[in-house]
Formats: sequence, C-alpha cells, structure tokens
Amino acid sequence: MSYVGSSVKRIEDRPLLTGKARFAADLSLPDQLHMRVVRSPVAHGRLVEIDTSEALAMDGVEAVWTGDDVRNVPPIDFRMPWVEGLERFRQPILATDHVRYVGEPVAMVLAEDSYLAEDAAELVFAGIEELDPVVDPLAAGPGAIETTVVEKAYGDLEGAFEDAPVFVEMELAVGRHSGVPMETRGALAHYDATRSVLEMFGAAKVPHHNRAAIASMLGLPLGAVVLREGHVGGGFGIRGELYPEDVLVCLAALRLGRPIRWVEDRREHMLAANHSRDQVHRIRAAVDPDGWIRGVVDEFWVDQGAYLRTHQVTVTELTTSMLPGPYAWPAYRSRGHVMLSNKTPCGTYRAPGRYESTFVRERLIDVIAHRLGLDPAEVRRRNLVQPERMPFKRGITALGTELTYDSGDYPGLLDRTLEYLDYEWLTADLARRRSAGELVGFGMGFFVEKSGLGPFDGVKVTVDEAGDVLVTTGVASIGQGVETVLAQVCADTLGVGIESVRVRHGQTDDLAYGMGAFASRVTVMSGSATLIAARGVRRKALELAASVLEADPSDLTIELGRVFVRGSAGGPAITLGEVARRLRPGLTGGDPGLTAEGWFQADHMVYPYGIHAAVVRVDPDSGLVEVERLVVCYEVGKAVNPELVNGQIAGGAAQGIGGALLEDFAYDESGQPLAATFMDYLMPTITEMPDVEVLLLEEAPSPLNPLGVKGAGEGGITAVGAAIANGVADALGCPEEVTRLPLGPERVRRIVADFA
Amino acid sequence: MSERTKVEVTLAVNGRSYRVRVEPRRTLADTLRDDCGLTGTHLGCEHGVCGACTILADGQPVRSCLMFAVQCEGMDLRTVEDLAEGDRLHPIQQAFWDNHGLQCGFCTPGFLMLATGYLEQNPDPDEQELRAVLSSNLCRCTGYQNILKSVRQAAEVMRG
Repeated sequence: MSYVGSSVKRIEDRPLLTGKARFAADLSLPDQLHMRVVRSPVAHGRLVEIDTSEALAMDGVEAVWTGDDVRNVPPIDFRMPWVEGLERFRQPILATDHVRYVGEPVAMVLAEDSYLAEDAAELVFAGIEELDPVVDPLAAGPGAIETTVVEKAYGDLEGAFEDAPVFVEMELAVGRHSGVPMETRGALAHYDATRSVLEMFGAAKVPHHNRAAIASMLGLPLGAVVLREGHVGGGFGIRGELYPEDVLVCLAALRLGRPIRWVEDRREHMLAANHSRDQVHRIRAAVDPDGWIRGVVDEFWVDQGAYLRTHQVTVTELTTSMLPGPYAWPAYRSRGHVMLSNKTPCGTYRAPGRYESTFVRERLIDVIAHRLGLDPAEVRRRNLVQPERMPFKRGITALGTELTYDSGDYPGLLDRTLEYLDYEWLTADLARRRSAGELVGFGMGFFVEKSGLGPFDGVKVTVDEAGDVLVTTGVASIGQGVETVLAQVCADTLGVGIESVRVRHGQTDDLAYGMGAFASRVTVMSGSATLIAARGVRRKALELAASVLEADPSDLTIELGRVFVRGSAGGPAITLGEVARRLRPGLTGGDPGLTAEGWFQADHMVYPYGIHAAVVRVDPDSGLVEVERLVVCYEVGKAVNPELVNGQIAGGAAQGIGGALLEDFAYDESGQPLAATFMDYLMPTITEMPDVEVLLLEEAPSPLNPLGVKGAGEGGITAVGAAIANGVADALGCPEEVTRLPLGPERVRRIVADFA
Repeated sequence: MSERTKVEVTLAVNGRSYRVRVEPRRTLADTLRDDCGLTGTHLGCEHGVCGACTILADGQPVRSCLMFAVQCEGMDLRTVEDLAEGDRLHPIQQAFWDNHGLQCGFCTPGFLMLATGYLEQNPDPDEQELRAVLSSNLCRCTGYQNILKSVRQAAEVMRG
C-alpha cells in the first residue's frame, strides 16, 4: 500500500467531529483565576494614571495589575530579526507611559469568574491625555515614524531605464486585513510546584521558540517552562506568535501560584491580534514595445501599526525579495518603508509579502499589456524565467537565504492553464457577453511562492512492543492535517498500516528542538525528517530481523508491520512489535529500542509556483463583484495527500477573495477601528465562493528534499487579489483605474461612475 | 465567589438532565461548556454571526451565544456530543470525514448541528437551498466546497 500520493482520510478528525477536541478554551484547572485585559479606548495618548480601586474592591477580584506592576518584564522580542537597531519599537506587555493603538493592553484583572473579570475590567479607569494619532503614515508628514527601509536590488537599473521606449508607472495599494481564525486566542498557565515547571496550554505555531522567549522574559531556566499545543482553530500566520497576553498569563500563574485562564473575545481579537498587508506601492517599469520588461523600480510604504512585533520587518523583507515573481527582469530595485501608525500592530498573514507584491506586479503587467496593445498572457510569457535557467539565482536574499528558484517550467504551466481555460474561447465568450451588456471580465496572476524555510526540523519515530508507532515532531499543527501527512510518510517508509501510527506535536518537552508551523514548511521539513527517521527505524528492524530469520537484511521487506523475506509473505516472519521486544535493553549489543531520530536541514527554500485565473461579473448598480470562476493551477512537486492540498488551496482562495473584495480593517480619522466585529469585518461565506477549480501539477519535484515536495499552505491565496483585480479592470473596461484592494461595492461603484 | 444572584435551572441536553445554578445573564453557550462540561459547542464570535455555537433547541438550529440558559428550561437541547452513537458516527459526521469537510475543526460542530437540524426537516434540499442554509455559518479553512459536498452526501444517506 502506498499512502503517499493518495487522499487518505485524515487521522485527526474523530475528536473534532464528535465534540471531544481540546481547544484552548476547552481547558480548565481547579482553583483557576480568569484574566481579563483592560485595553486602551483611544489611539494615541499619554497614560496619566490608572485607577484600579473600584475593581479591586469587588468581591472575587484577586488582583489588578498595570504597567507599573510588570516593569521588570522586558518587551516582547523579535523572533525574526532582519534589521538591527529596532529594539525601541518593541511592544511592552502592558503600556506604561503611552498608549499607541485602540486595544493596547493597559491593565489586567484576575477574578474568580470570567463574567466577573469583565465586570471588574469595566471599572478600571485609565486616565489618558489624548494626542494626535497617525492614521495615514504616508500623509502624516514629519510626525510619522519610519522605523527602517528595506532595500533589495540587482542588475543595471540605469541602463535599463536609459532610452527605454515605454515607461509605465502605477500607484497600487492593498488594504489592511488578516488571518482572523475562527478560534480566538486563549491560554491556560499554571505553576506545577511538584515538578518546578511553569506549564502553558494553548501554544501554537512556534511552541519551542515561545518557550525560550517566556523563560527569558520571566527569568526562568529553559527547562522550567513547558508549552503545550492542543487543538488549534486555524493559524494563518497570526496565531501562535508570542503576544502580551501569553506572557501575562504565565507571569500571573508564577506570581500567584494559581492557574490562570484567558480566553480572548472576538472584538479583542480584531483589536489585539496581528493585522497584516496594508501597503502602498509606487512602481515604475521600463518596457520594450514587444512587452519585454527591462527593469522595475518599486518604492512602497507599509502601515505597520503601533509596534514591531515578533516578525519585525519580515513582511517588508518578503515583499521586496518576492516582488519579481516568475519574471526574468534583468534589473530591479525595491525599497520598503516600514512606517508606524496608531493602529493594531502587524505580522504575517498567509503568503505575507506575496499577496501584496503579486497584486502589484500582475496589475502592472496587465497595464503594460494594455499600453502596448498586447495580450496580457503574452506579456507574461515573454518575461518568464525559462526552464533551462533553473535553478535560477535571483542575486538577492529572502529571509536570510539566497533567493534561488529550485526548479520549474513556468511557460509550461502557463500553457497548461490557458489550455484548461480554453483561453481563446473564453476571451471571445466574455467579449460576446460584454457586447450583450454584461460587465464580465477575465484576469490572471502568475506567482511564485516560497516554502520549506529551514534551517532544520526533527522527528523521532518509535515502535513499541505492540507494534504501534509513535511519530514525535517539533513542528506544530494548526489544523492543516499535519498528523495525517506525517503518518502517511511514516507508514510507507516503515511498512506499517497508517492506523498503527500516532503523531505527537507541539510539546516542548518531547524534543529539544522544534521550529514550528509557518512558511509552508511542515511537509517539506518535518515530512522529510519523518522519512529519514522512519528509514532509520526500518534499517534497525531489518538488521535484527535478519539475524532472527537467518536472512540477509537486503532480502527482507516489511508490510503491515511484518518483516519477511521478499516474495514469501507466507513464510517465516517477525512482527515489528517482536523486533521491539528483542531490542529491550541488555538483549542486544547496540542501542536498545526500535527507535530513531531524523533531522532534516535546509539552507535554501523551495519555490512552488502557479497561476490564479478569475472570471468575474460586476453589478454596476450595487457595485458587487461576483467571482464566477476561480482557477488555480499550482505546481507542488509532489502531493503527499492531494485532497489535503486541494483543501489548502480552496481555503486559501476563500481568504484571498476576502482580501480582494470584502475584508478591511478600516479606521476613522481619530484612529478608532471601524471593523471590530463580524458585522463590520466581512469574511466570505459560501455565498461568495465559487467552486474553486484546482489543477494540481506534480511535474517539477524539488531537488532539495527527499520527498520532492514544495509547500502548499499558501499558494491558494497568493494571486487571488491580482487575478480578481485584473478581472474587474477587464470587466469595467478600465485597465488602469483598478488600483486598490479590497474592491468593495463602494470603490467599484466609484470606478464605474468616474471611468467606465 | 461573589454573591450575585444565581438561579437554579434544569436543562435537558442530549437526553440528560442537568441542574445548574447560573446568573440570569449567563449565556446558554457558556452554561453548556462550563456548567455541563459540553465543550464541543464552540464560541467564535459571541455576537451571533459565525454560527460556531449552533446547537438544536427543540429541533431548530439556534445560536447558543445569543440565548440565556434561563430561557431554555423545558427545551430539548442537542449538541454535537449527541450525534455519534458510541463509536458509530452520525451520517453527517461520517460525511464530513469522508469528504475532508473540515480542517482545523473549530467551526465544525456548528456546521454539523446546522446541517443536522436542517436535513431532519428538509430531507431533500436542492443546491440553492443548501447554499442559503450553509451561508449562515463561517468557516475560515475549507473554502466551503467540501462542506457542501459533505452535507449533500449526508442528505443522501439520511434519506436512506
């Protein structure tokens, strides 16, 4: 049986289907206190005083802390520091002198009951002297704080722009939106005096990193902090980063010696958890009449919000390095200004820097095609990196690694997509519909993703005496099917049934190292590590079985947990459980136990790629955009579980549609958030979703890992905004006027009124 | 503990009777989760939009975050924990499993109860009706198409 490559059902589903799962808010401990965070109601101000007396007087309120009570705890450090000298922009766990966004934690209440904690929090009065807020860091002038500028460049720009026959210049912007997982954040911490360990449940994404950060912030030895990941209700980049609330919960558990439980409500989530995107680009291209792009200069501004959180300037870094995408532009420079404002701080959200830069690049391509009177698909083709140039070295870095596209046939993928769409027929059909009065259009976006960020991950595979297999991994599960994928790889490699495999993840005391779940890295890194570890176990099993069966190890095979001579399944055999029994300490000369660790290291990322294509229809009266078709053609190298990959792509596409048409963390001029509930922050329902058509290609396996896989977590979202925007421009006959996402009804009606 | 007024309520959940003492303002969802120990019902927004907390009250899908426990005395309440019979999954659960109708699984109990309530009363819905019904709940992982597929399969199985 080969599990890898087949859409086996997920092994993690039963508890999720029966209501037996354990998400953070499902956990309780005896004698626990409930934490409620008091948040700033204003965007910018000087914190004069905080009156906690009324709250403290309430029966059942155990403590109220302000910034003064936690001054000894340092601000939250960067997990990914790309630029030096930005420490002063880090966020404290409670505001001390100033508040800088609506929702910033200024105090915390601990009470016997969660309702009571909320009551008490309402009685904490923060005296704040209001200051002018920065809500548009581009327009703010000298008051705006630019933390740093990230620049990447290669090639001879001057030469490219000198005497170029055509210049195209655009200003393009992507709105502020974010992951918004269905489960809000939550944490439960307690100090276990019997083991001298501070334990926090509710970790996700990067438990090992956060354990080290919490230990360091609270002055504890590394081994005295344990983080536990249970079920996680969606990650998307934002969940699992270290936030002030995680540290507050741990600190309170330590100081009071009682379990502390915190569950975020939805409004808090919209104000407190990382926002993302929100970039304005000014981009300029030097172009030949045949569509060949000689060079591109891009300057952009990121509205980072009030602080630099754990990702520091990761999104800006990725935007600058990934903006050229699939094209062979010989000269390029991009400069990203990381601007502070009085809004919720930003972090990464699925395809960070790529959703934005792909929108900018692919919109630019369509405008270039329009100016030159060429077909947009042909302009793309003319500029693609050709397969014979793979691996393609861009000459810049991304996330500290050399940006080298590992493998791929970009023109081939374009052909496949156009063929699937029956491009000529489709464009003719849309032209016919347009002449009949409908506002319909087609748009596409070509993108390169990145995945499998190293530097390493490890897996331990152990077979017990009953023949059951335990896979322990240092990565995390945020609901994407990690257990199933690792079990598939392990079962195939070892030769066991998938039902005998269990997977443990996200427990910091299982393995000394663990990198976590982000950057579409889990299947690449942990999948490969599982393969290596399972091979180690297999080797050990075959060696022992060979001595028992009096055969040569190379003549043996393992199926469904039985070792026997290849070709004689009915002959003498030994089970893996029996092998494990014979490997008890003292019974063999070598290391006891049927177990092995596997470590996979990677210096380079792998780069999946694809095309999103959209057919859209605009209702000129309401301004509503309907996505009639969304096609995603995606090269993943190898799909371990095609249905899981399809699910990742369809889910990503839905979020992409949200960002393209609906989702917007808008603010008013005083810095008050206008979208803090699901009534105002609109996410796609089934009504907005077409049946996403996925063309999964496995034609360019990555040479950089033993499975040949490329990550699939983000490619579903990357070019949705670009494709839909190009489709709307086509539908409206306004090729140059669609410049901003989201394309909500108001914006679309304005374009229709002004230009169409 | 504070001495705010609590009242005694008897709730009939999944065929079992729970006698609980709650404040009148305590939501049904919190009561189910914290006082009855039925944490399968999830809270995604607490303002009635996302539908993760959907349960059945007298057979009707309702948002348990928008109801108070004290309103529910005498009602027949059913939650996700009631669907499976021992190890045997309900057809709607089986269908979600078969069709990859879930990823993180957080919104899943709400969708399961919404679909169950609807299919029990409308065994043979057409595509458009199903889309309209499912549009009342939010999922952030799947893009919905496998949820729709799952509910279609369950409808077929439940019709027998």
